[in-house]
Amino acid sequence: MNSDPLWSIFINASLINNFVLAYFLGICPFLGVSGKMETASRMGGAVTFVMLVTAVCAFGIQQLLLLIDAPYLKLISFIAVIASTVQLVEMFIKKMSPTLFRALGIFLPLITTNCAILGLALFQTNKGYGFLQCVVYALGAGAGFTLALVLMAGLREKLALAATPDVVKGTVLTLVLAGFLSVAFMGFAGLGS
Amino acid sequence: MTDVRSDHGPSPTDEFLKGLWKENPVFVQVLGMCPVLAVSNTAENALAMGLATMFVLVLSNAVVSMIRSFIPRQVRIATYILVIATFVTVVDYVIQAISLDLHKALGAFISLIVVNCLILGRAEAFASKHGVGRSILDGLGMGIGFVVALLCLGGVRELFGSGSLFGVRVFPDQFQDWVVMILPSGGFFTLAAWLLLFNYLKQRRARPGPAVEVTS
Amino acid sequence: MNASSTATPTGTWPMYRAMVGVGLVCGILIVTVFRVTLPVIERNQAEALQQAIFQVLPAARSSETFQAVDGGFRPLGAAAPTGELVYGGYDDSGALIGLAVEAQGMGYQDIIRVLYGYSFEENAIVGLRVLESKETPGLGDRIETDPAFVRNFERLDVSLSEDQTTLAHPIHAVKTGEKEHAWQVDGITGATISSKAIAEILDRSGSAWVPRIRRALDQFRKADQP
Repeated sequence: MNSDPLWSIFINASLINNFVLAYFLGICPFLGVSGKMETASRMGGAVTFVMLVTAVCAFGIQQLLLLIDAPYLKLISFIAVIASTVQLVEMFIKKMSPTLFRALGIFLPLITTNCAILGLALFQTNKGYGFLQCVVYALGAGAGFTLALVLMAGLREKLALAATPDVVKGTVLTLVLAGFLSVAFMGFAGLGS
Repeated sequence: MTDVRSDHGPSPTDEFLKGLWKENPVFVQVLGMCPVLAVSNTAENALAMGLATMFVLVLSNAVVSMIRSFIPRQVRIATYILVIATFVTVVDYVIQAISLDLHKALGAFISLIVVNCLILGRAEAFASKHGVGRSILDGLGMGIGFVVALLCLGGVRELFGSGSLFGVRVFPDQFQDWVVMILPSGGFFTLAAWLLLFNYLKQRRARPGPAVEVTS
Repeated sequence: MNASSTATPTGTWPMYRAMVGVGLVCGILIVTVFRVTLPVIERNQAEALQQAIFQVLPAARSSETFQAVDGGFRPLGAAAPTGELVYGGYDDSGALIGLAVEAQGMGYQDIIRVLYGYSFEENAIVGLRVLESKETPGLGDRIETDPAFVRNFERLDVSLSEDQTTLAHPIHAVKTGEKEHAWQVDGITGATISSKAIAEILDRSGSAWVPRIRRALDQFRKADQP
């Protein structure tokens, strides 16, 4: 069992080892939907939500797998759970809050193949977190993902009207910006100790 | 391999070559970015990751193509993910058996091959519509394209970041390593530089006219 | 996945058949590969562990795993490793040399995991190996590569206080070149936090484990040895 304090887990997941900028998880949505501030923050919210649900489910599954001693089923069950969680969450939100569904709707199916979600499930079991630690870890990872996405969207909105050469436009510019953001986030290292 | 010829459309050679240059998964389609950036800090890791991905890609393409007529449309994605996850689990154990150090270096990114959009993308877009032989060729081409792209990144990052290539010192000892290249930000910068090069080549080719064809 | 869009008239039965069939084949494949690779993986892991133990206890020629139980330690034997483990190192004649203990703590970037060797005779840490660290390449990772820093752990004093409950002198890091006592760690310029982290990890782990180990000294000796 891991004995890291909760605040340290949160800081670690959100800032020091930011999922996007240090672990390179969830790069596809990071490059894809970081064009506008509004969509970026909504995507962040959706991912955080799915992360939270996944973290709880993955914790349960891990306990179950330990119980029946079948570590080789870990990957398959995680991916199955994530896929079905996303579907369930989609249906649930559609039923409960049509407004929220309209806001998040198009992003939800995309999240299934977001490696940040599967990464979260794998990391939390590797680190041997307890239930509460898993929840905090998911919240931290989600916050870090949202932060990276929103920061990038802000930068890209600023640069939308700037005169950039044609060859640089699009992915190249986003990657260079991501590189600088990643350097900036390195400054957070050491906060956790 | 018999149905290679029975299929219509481009020749098998084209099917294989398109993944290397024209539709290179990383530099042209910008797919599967996460492992590309994360494990390309040394050429060796990049090669191992590329081969693991290629293995999964070829096998999942083959299996998906084999079972494509038995699978109802509604459950196809779930089935594909199941097939892919199986092969990834297999690769995970095989790498662990070959070298623990390598497994430690690649870490969770072996498992994360499951969510590499490249693999599910090829299963859905190609293997589910074409014969086994063609799907294998497509997987091989795309896989090699992916390996080459990873090596391009890993090679550059290791060369400047540690002054070596595949662990062998290349630059003289006076060379001050650019530590930033092995750090996460170096991954972003290197990939940006490669994409810039590809964009530039594409533009230059487009200007004189569409007649110029590059054969890789 | 797309079960909600039942536009084409596919019955339920083909769907079940497809999913269960594919699942069955996949299951068989996974279990087979797991069965085949498991012995190789376990052997690799045991070899890696043994190598690490011999590195931190340079005089050791064989090793044995012990499990911490109430009031002492018990040889693990062939049982599944659970709970807290320490590893005994023995020389050619089977005499106990020391113990290897695993410890971890927060570094600059992420958790650092180390294995250190404790020698009974010298009452000191005689070797250290970083098992896992994500410290900054070129700066923090010098805790593994810097020869001057590694030399700290060839003999780092961990003698106990008079009442035998904790370390006589807490292990701590000092500035480069200012090491005066055998329990101080000479830090690395440019990697202050990482070298401090190592010293802290050793101090915390040492003050908890060394008294426990010393109390249970006889439990580690092989039966036919003095």
